[in-house]
Amino acid sequence: MQAITREQLINKAVALLADGTVKYVLGWKKGEFDYDITPAVFETAEELNADFVWNDFCGANFSKYLVAKTRKLDGKILVFLKPCDTYSFNQLLTEHRFDRDKVYAVGIPCNGMADIAKVKEVCGDGISSIATEGDALAVTTIYDDEPVKVAVESVLAERCLNCKSKKHVAYDELMGEDGDTLDSNRFDEVAKLEAMTPDERFAFWQNELSRCIRCNACRDVCPACTCEKCVFDNPTSGVENKAPANSFEEKMFHIIRAFHVAGRCTDCGECSRVCPQNIPLHLLNRKFIKDINEFYGEYQAGAEVGSRAPLVNYTTEDLEPGEVFDRRDTNA
Amino acid sequence: MRKCSLDSLNAVFAKIAEAAELYLPVNCTDGSAAFSKWEEGKEWSNNLNTVKSPKEFFFPQTEDLVAFKTSGKNIEIIDTRKEREDFVVFGVRACDVKAFEVLDNVFLLKEPYDSYYTNRREHGVIISVACNRPADTCFCKTFGIDPADPQGDISVWKTADSLYWQANTERGAALLEKIADLTEDCDTAAVDAEKEKITKIMSKLPLANLTTEGWGAGKTQELFDSPIWAEMSEACLGCGTCTFVCPTCQCYDIKDFNTGKGVVRFRCWDSCMYSDFTKMSAGQPRLSQKERFRQRFMHKLVYYPENNNGLFSCVGCGRCVAKCPISMNIAKVMKKIGGKENE
Amino acid sequence: MNNVEALIPKIGVITDIRIDTPDIKTFRVVTPDGEKPFEHRPGQCAMLSMPGVGEAMFSITSSPTNTEYMEFSIKKCGCVTEWLHQAEVGQQVTVRGPYGNPFPVDDAFRGKNMLFVAGGVGLAPLRSVINYCRHYRENYGTIDIVYGSRSKDDLLDYREIIEEWSKDEGVNVHLTIDREQEGWDGHVGFVPNYVKELGFSTDKTAILCGPPIMIKFTLDGLYSLGFEKTQIYTTLEMRMKCGIGKCGRCNVGSKYICKDGPVFRFDELDELPDEY
Repeated sequence: MQAITREQLINKAVALLADGTVKYVLGWKKGEFDYDITPAVFETAEELNADFVWNDFCGANFSKYLVAKTRKLDGKILVFLKPCDTYSFNQLLTEHRFDRDKVYAVGIPCNGMADIAKVKEVCGDGISSIATEGDALAVTTIYDDEPVKVAVESVLAERCLNCKSKKHVAYDELMGEDGDTLDSNRFDEVAKLEAMTPDERFAFWQNELSRCIRCNACRDVCPACTCEKCVFDNPTSGVENKAPANSFEEKMFHIIRAFHVAGRCTDCGECSRVCPQNIPLHLLNRKFIKDINEFYGEYQAGAEVGSRAPLVNYTTEDLEPGEVFDRRDTNA
Repeated sequence: MRKCSLDSLNAVFAKIAEAAELYLPVNCTDGSAAFSKWEEGKEWSNNLNTVKSPKEFFFPQTEDLVAFKTSGKNIEIIDTRKEREDFVVFGVRACDVKAFEVLDNVFLLKEPYDSYYTNRREHGVIISVACNRPADTCFCKTFGIDPADPQGDISVWKTADSLYWQANTERGAALLEKIADLTEDCDTAAVDAEKEKITKIMSKLPLANLTTEGWGAGKTQELFDSPIWAEMSEACLGCGTCTFVCPTCQCYDIKDFNTGKGVVRFRCWDSCMYSDFTKMSAGQPRLSQKERFRQRFMHKLVYYPENNNGLFSCVGCGRCVAKCPISMNIAKVMKKIGGKENE
Repeated sequence: MNNVEALIPKIGVITDIRIDTPDIKTFRVVTPDGEKPFEHRPGQCAMLSMPGVGEAMFSITSSPTNTEYMEFSIKKCGCVTEWLHQAEVGQQVTVRGPYGNPFPVDDAFRGKNMLFVAGGVGLAPLRSVINYCRHYRENYGTIDIVYGSRSKDDLLDYREIIEEWSKDEGVNVHLTIDREQEGWDGHVGFVPNYVKELGFSTDKTAILCGPPIMIKFTLDGLYSLGFEKTQIYTTLEMRMKCGIGKCGRCNVGSKYICKDGPVFRFDELDELPDEY
């Protein structure tokens, strides 16, 4: 269960609309089921009361929407940010991607979001309703007479299991208690990959990436991917989007993307959340984060606005390319 | 009708695979199912739904059309087409079988025929399976599809211990003949019971009451300018997920790929959700995601029916409902824009 | 159309390149045997490509009555066109077609007085119709051609217009350029205004082709002169890939511009959503 309630969030939004602080509210909108939630712009108390939701399936990170919405909308926007969302928010500000003055950010606590795929692994398909009961979800399916109780903890999204921070690094106003950054085990999976032989590692990624359908959802949702014209949309780049011309190019897409967001990726995990093929794309980015930490010292993209990432900040203490190579050899 | 025990399924698959390449849904390492070529040791997934639809057997995501060699000012055209070998696709759900009809109308039945598609269609045998475990995202019934009675060359019903086979076409009968040693004659009692069970499940689905009311041929003027398109497309990422998991989406791009030794002209799935889909050097008729989003649904629910005697080009497979990153989908669009909620 | 060849092109050879304007060249194309690549009707299009560069749809500007070759007037504005503009005579390209519906030159247009209105490279698709009507002169009434461009140098087919069209009996050519220019003593002003000034009687069938803004204001002008939608035609431009109404990108409403168009009468366009 989330620490803060839907009613509290609606009341906050309604109050800020009423006193003129904001004109729009970026929030989660209810869907057909209890878990298919769509980001939406709300303008009135009526709309909020009718459709606003806040539950264990509100995973979407709104930060990237601010890039388009602040340009399009003619007034201040209230955005609710979970702790991990605030890192993307800061990173976008560092890159001057939206006008901070047009945003009113309210930090909200998050106890982790459930992954509907994991819920379905436990309860099967055919879910007719999901109710929150304390720290559990009561899942009713059309195949069972009684609801199945599932502990939220057991169906948390990967990124929430490895949550890096319960602390908000950006907000105008905070609701509830702020948390701390956490010592997560998020690099354990990367370490496992590093421990593989090159052949094993190649086989691992071959298997995962062979499922890619090149839908571009990972890129389109990624808060680090805000280029006005993406290289994969450029017909003369030779790596245009759409179909892989061969299996090599399919991997190139993800590898190029990982390189492009290296040092800027906050590890928000949206890429893996939206992947229709459950490819653990975050591991590619996390490998870069781990390397950066090890080569240049701890660095968390988005922890503060305006910080210079190690990859764009030359110092004489920087590792020489040769040293990186040596290190790779001992690691491999 | 013929029957075999589930225990003997491996032998049946082996027998079919002797005659032709056999494809069926198998489990992937991430727990989802995908069509894969059968070989000894591969098992039919319990997961009836696959992330990618079987349309790729006839309309692959990428395929070479023709090749060129250039030297100086000269060009040589190389026809790279080959006759497809016979193949069998096992375990296709009723919705996905219906999707082949949608694609046939475009590629097979309207001149000029698509020779690439036709070639594959002529060599593919479809074994469908009755869907006894529809998901919450399913709404095939909305489009008049009965998951208990799937079409295709052969229909198959699965019960707790057996598989029941019924040939619907000559090709299907010929294939059943090949596995006659491994199956036995039976009556339809078990299948009838299974059908009844499926029908009961269908009525319980969350989208059971979704209708096509308000949609169909002739609705362009009424629906095109609805203000709700803007609202519903607001959060659309413009990715191609819905299009690429869709069993009926048929748009494609044609591109050249320089292999270093020559040029291969290939086609690949394209998405009307992509901003460059209609972009020309002279301008862009669909300026924002609203227009692109609208195109996808108008095409499936209005334009396509107009050109195909009222047939909708959605089969309610639910893949886009399950996979959209922002959970916006055709079911929501149908209800909100065409349905009663709009009144 | 032969189904086998639907997406597989044939070889064409560029045998002549005429520089029309600073950014428009006219390419003459035949097969390696020196024949016309295929038969077409006025207003139809063809796909030209250079392997490795891309394929694009162009209107065939030569008239079907030309039995020797095919011509394409192409403005430099994208990958394929830029490549074509640097090509030399003797260069091979690939060509496939014909695509789309033609102008109804042998039925609806027959016996009619014709009014052609074009702007810039918009004359290219109309040239085949104009020359077809000139060839079968007895089948049509008067022919009026209003054509304008940015400057004198930007007028397409200028020599043909002056030396052939304007010398024909019953053919009236009205040229205009956007701004005054040295060495130009003809009309100056935008096409839509010129059409209104000329004040055509409504006993004509009008065909428009040019930039969207020109179409819009010319239409207003024609309506104010009393023209009906049913007597005005145009040809549309959309991004195309397959040319056979399947790949989906030129889909507008239930029509595919490459197959059901590109030629439309304005009352037919009313049936389509405004998305072209």
